[in-house]
Amino acid sequence: MESFKLLIIILLSSVLVDNYVLSRFLGICPFLGVSKKIDQAVGMGVAVTVVMLLATAATWPIQKFVLDTLGLGYLQNIAFILIIATLVQILELVLKKFSPSLYKGLGVYLPLITTNCAVLGVTINNIIDGYSFIESMVSSLGCGLGFLLAMVLFSGIRSRIDDTKVPAPFRGLAVTLIAASFISLAFMGFSGIVESIFA
Amino acid sequence: MKEKSSVSVLLNGILKENPVLVLILGTCPTLATTTTVKGAVGMGLAAMCVLICSNVFISLLRKRIPESMRIPCYIVIIAGFVTIVKMIVQAYLPELYETLGVYLDLITVNCIILGRAEMFANKNPVVASALDGIGMGLGFTLALTMMSTIREVFGAGSFFGIEIPFMANYKIEFFTKAPGGLLVYGLLIAFIYAVTHGKAPLKKSFSCEGCPNAANCQGGSCSEKGDEN
Repeated sequence: MESFKLLIIILLSSVLVDNYVLSRFLGICPFLGVSKKIDQAVGMGVAVTVVMLLATAATWPIQKFVLDTLGLGYLQNIAFILIIATLVQILELVLKKFSPSLYKGLGVYLPLITTNCAVLGVTINNIIDGYSFIESMVSSLGCGLGFLLAMVLFSGIRSRIDDTKVPAPFRGLAVTLIAASFISLAFMGFSGIVESIFA
Repeated sequence: MKEKSSVSVLLNGILKENPVLVLILGTCPTLATTTTVKGAVGMGLAAMCVLICSNVFISLLRKRIPESMRIPCYIVIIAGFVTIVKMIVQAYLPELYETLGVYLDLITVNCIILGRAEMFANKNPVVASALDGIGMGLGFTLALTMMSTIREVFGAGSFFGIEIPFMANYKIEFFTKAPGGLLVYGLLIAFIYAVTHGKAPLKKSFSCEGCPNAANCQGGSCSEKGDEN
């Protein structure tokens, strides 16, 4: 029961409190780039969640059983980025072969994920935080869902921005960043809430 | 193609194509590490070291690396240099190592570095690539310093960790928090646009030209972004 509670706390806090995009600033590029339409936002969010889960499932055992056992901790960075890049490539091939319809939906976002700092950030953070395998998977799920939530909320706001008159210097990226700042402000309201649910 | 003079290559990165404020690359570290000036300068210099080394290395190997395998090759080269820089920082500047934390690792996926490898180093000779690395690195550091100065002076009432007498009484903590970072960045971009009368190529920022992943995706997922006004 106690450990289950911990898992729920990890999940909720990585979705709401420590949201990867809005409070840790990881994965800002796709957040700003692919959030113009809601279907794109959902596609990218789901693709990132899937890759985060797969990447954690692959990197956690490698860190514990290969890098740590052999004393090669300093190779973490190179190893992880290669694993993520390979995984994304394999996932793309598999989707193309077995589920062309899914590939049509998600495939276009996959190459963008290889160099997405949110994925590398999640895998490294799980190791730094000393999570067990299950905790790592839950935290990756939470981070992915948090990313998805932020993307979907933001795409809604952006479609409103398109209809408004914005002063020339703010047009384009500047107003987008300021809108993101307000969402981030709203998410700050969640801080402290998760721990108190179970208190 | 005309040879560019070395001075213009160097200045290009600092002013005309400032990676942060004009090309809009490397947004994640820009927002995350600019809460204090110390952290921002450290981040800028660390990224600059990696950028110069990787630019030189990739430029040396530009005729050896096969076209289809170039992105993985670049990533491995960059990750190697990041590991070296990380170990040096950990050994000699432990305080900075604590401040930057995971963002030091994330230099690997900083779009500025991969972007310059793809846009500049694989087409140009070694010396020009090194200069481009220095210019871009300085531009990155300068932009980060500018942003962190605003955030630290208003948010924490200090500069480089030294308290400013008057400001310290009127801290606006909003600026050191996440939303403050996004707001300051947005305002700075608008400011640059207003000062240059829209000559800064903001249009390029969201299209595929400014994106290191463009070669991978062939405009697939973001082709609609091109019409951004």
